[in-house]
Amino acid sequence: MSQAAIQNSSATTANAEFDVELRQVCKLFNNETVVRGVDLGIRRGEFFSILGPSGCGKTTTLRLIAGFDTPSAGEVLIQGRRMNAMPPYRRPVNTVFQSYALFSHLTAWENVAFGLRLQKHTKAEIQQRVDEALKLVKMDGFAKRFPAQLSGGQQQRVALARALVNRPTVLLLDEPLGALDLKLRKEMQVELANLHRELALTFVMVTHDQEEALCLSDRIAVMNQGIIEQIDTPERIYQQPKTPFVADFIGDTNLFHGKIEGFYPTTLWVVTETGLKVKAKQPEAGNTLTSGTVVLSVRPETVQLSLTPCNDDRNCFEGRLQDVMYLGTHVHFQVQLLSGDRLTVMRSNSPTNLPSADTPIYVSWSAQDCLALPL
Amino acid sequence: MNSTSNRPLSWPWLSLIAIGLFGFMYFPILVLAFYSFNDSKYSTGWKGFTWKWYVAFLNDSRILTALANSLIVAFFAVGIAAVVGTLMAVGLARYRFPGKQVYQGTAYLPLIIPDIAIAVATLVFLAAIAIPVSGGLIQLSLGTVISAHVVFCLSYVAIVVSTRINDLNPHLEEAALDLGATPTQAFMQVLLPELMPAIVSGCLLAFVLSLDDFLIASFTAGGGSSTLPMEIFSRIRTGVKPDINALSVVLILSTGFLFAIAEYLRYRSERKRFS
Repeated sequence: MSQAAIQNSSATTANAEFDVELRQVCKLFNNETVVRGVDLGIRRGEFFSILGPSGCGKTTTLRLIAGFDTPSAGEVLIQGRRMNAMPPYRRPVNTVFQSYALFSHLTAWENVAFGLRLQKHTKAEIQQRVDEALKLVKMDGFAKRFPAQLSGGQQQRVALARALVNRPTVLLLDEPLGALDLKLRKEMQVELANLHRELALTFVMVTHDQEEALCLSDRIAVMNQGIIEQIDTPERIYQQPKTPFVADFIGDTNLFHGKIEGFYPTTLWVVTETGLKVKAKQPEAGNTLTSGTVVLSVRPETVQLSLTPCNDDRNCFEGRLQDVMYLGTHVHFQVQLLSGDRLTVMRSNSPTNLPSADTPIYVSWSAQDCLALPL
Repeated sequence: MNSTSNRPLSWPWLSLIAIGLFGFMYFPILVLAFYSFNDSKYSTGWKGFTWKWYVAFLNDSRILTALANSLIVAFFAVGIAAVVGTLMAVGLARYRFPGKQVYQGTAYLPLIIPDIAIAVATLVFLAAIAIPVSGGLIQLSLGTVISAHVVFCLSYVAIVVSTRINDLNPHLEEAALDLGATPTQAFMQVLLPELMPAIVSGCLLAFVLSLDDFLIASFTAGGGSSTLPMEIFSRIRTGVKPDINALSVVLILSTGFLFAIAEYLRYRSERKRFS
């Protein structure tokens, strides 16, 4: 049904490379704006993640694409066709729910066959495609089981097969691995990545797990309070965050609020609220900052610790070591600067001859590792 | 450490209490069953074993008519309540509409209102409004008993079904819509089968209660449309006859049988799904 619907499409002016496009989409629930003007284009064949804290509107955004909710304003386009008023059963997308939402009165096989049976395919074709889909998710040995007889990971696979068997244009995943334990989650991450590669489908995943988003996605949209803060590749999201929220939400970082005191082509001089004079990097070419308040972001792994003051042009401040946390592969140090700021430092080497709480310790980082973000 | 929940029972007085309680509950029924085989017109001494009271009530056309009336009432009242009650529970659980709070508050009232109040209210309503307004078209009959029974059957079905709905995954229908089902198909092929065990057990409960009801039926039934409890009551005023004992034993066994079947069906479906 979806195939036929797509063909007689009333083509809007749309970018052909996008499978899903949201234009200035807003969603209100009971006078509360959950999504505030989201603009995004999801490319064909891309693994796209919407990442954000709970309550940021990411699941609502996914539901707007799936058609369970309709936008209060703006446009939703799938393959260039306006979908605003299209009910979910006519959209060429399928969803994997966080809670799986398997039909408990049907076996795994019947669950997967549900969509195909509604589309009135021949028995032989249904049989073949369902078997294929179950094999794809390695559940071919469990076809006759009921959902309650399957483990969480197995139910997850059936839910995936049930969505994929309909050959949707876009596969929507709502926190697909959220209910699995850590080890299983890692396993399924690999399998999701493999499936995406094999099927060359457009995947849109909603998650609050930054690690999951970073390792699976081609591009990530970071969402906060109903707006998209940044859409970028995982590397750029981590290394070039555009807003203080993104810098803070993705990975660990140290943030300083401050004012620009001066600038030179590539370096900014910033005085923080606590009085530290810090050299920082301009955020982006073409987006040069010259004055005003900024937030500085310094990743803990870029900070060096030493017992003597450094004599190069790096940012260097004196402090006292307050806390050491051993985390297996690396160590977290909490340093209280003389200015009153607390700084987290991450080193991979395990600590030897640590200074006591009253000997001076020096933290330093280069201007290149200190990102200035406009407020 | 021993688990306290599974230790062997070691207090003899506890089993004495248990035996006493079971005796209190079921001894009268045993006595009743015993006298239904007594070859004597009066429930006094044992005069030998007989089937004749069973044969007697099976040949009693008034009892059979009353039994048929009871079954007709229960069948139609439960049938109507099953459809309306299920839709009511689904509507209350899944949709928002103005006045929902009020609806929710009053939907289960018939479970709390005393039967006698429902009985009197229904009779007054029928006599003062329905019969005059319809110009005599509506008369006290089996039909009026059915409509009065629908009132409480509806609440029982709705309450059992709504408990089950609240346990269901709220995304089930969305999953069905997502896979290409229209809202009607989603209801018929997903929600209804998921709710079926609850609908069946709600219906069984309502069926037994309807079969059992004396009060409401005796207020709303017309002449010649006695239900079984009404017929039994009218006979018992002139002394307990052994054929009534026999009838009671058959009733107990058949409702027990009905429940055994329902339990078996439920057990089979649960084992299939929740083992």
